[in-house]
Amino acid sequence: MVPISYYIILSGILFGLGVIAFIFKRNIITIFMSIELMLNAVNLAFVAFSREFNQLDGLVFVFFVIVVAAAEAAVGLAIVMVIARNRKSLNVEDVNLLKF
Amino acid sequence: MSVAMVVFIVCGALTILGAIGLILAREPVHSALSLVLVMIALAVLYLLLGAAFIAAIQILVYGGAIMVLFVFVIMLLNAGVEVRTNLSRIAFWVGLPLAVLFLIEMVYSLSHQYAAGTTLASAGAVAGPVPASTEELSMKIFTEFVLPFELTSILILIAILGALVLAKKEAS
Repeated sequence: MVPISYYIILSGILFGLGVIAFIFKRNIITIFMSIELMLNAVNLAFVAFSREFNQLDGLVFVFFVIVVAAAEAAVGLAIVMVIARNRKSLNVEDVNLLKF
Repeated sequence: MSVAMVVFIVCGALTILGAIGLILAREPVHSALSLVLVMIALAVLYLLLGAAFIAAIQILVYGGAIMVLFVFVIMLLNAGVEVRTNLSRIAFWVGLPLAVLFLIEMVYSLSHQYAAGTTLASAGAVAGPVPASTEELSMKIFTEFVLPFELTSILILIAILGALVLAKKEAS
């Protein structure tokens, strides 16, 4: 049986890679994808802890996280489409109206 | 080495490779396909953890619905190769050490805390957990968590309306 620490470390690595992608990518769609990657990493930690403690609450949380991620993706991609229509570009540096 | 360990190592390597591919790919479509690889490998890991229902909705909702939505929008907007600007180069050279530091710190603190030998099972949890059955999970969702469950349906309704209003072409 695989020890829980391996799952938690894998989850940490995935979350860190998600943060790196979030910082480095310039394309607004790819930035959204890195958010999904971070959500997945957290889900893995939830499932691993749920298994370790033999409690189902972690799985219920993962269920709700997936539902909210689906809603977030729908609204987020609609926002991306509006930005692409108004700015004619998908680069986040072109979205600077609120920037000082 | 047990079978579970081999499956874990293969799928864990696939998730990390997919995540690195997401970072390195210049085309958004390639990033999306790498992310699909991550999701499917994660679903296998959930199966390994005995969470069959979560593995199923991981593939159905994440791999099926969300990623198709992403690929659809990429195709619709004709997203091409990322452009490199001066600012993105500065961000790269400032951000890379910080990001690597963050990654190392996270892995170090987690592996330090959950070092081999001090398993959580010794901290009061039941040893040798049984795989979570879908029946128990559904009982939990529809009894104890029924209010949040109903609230998510309202959330999804609002999300549908929001997406419709945002994506609607303005009458000029």
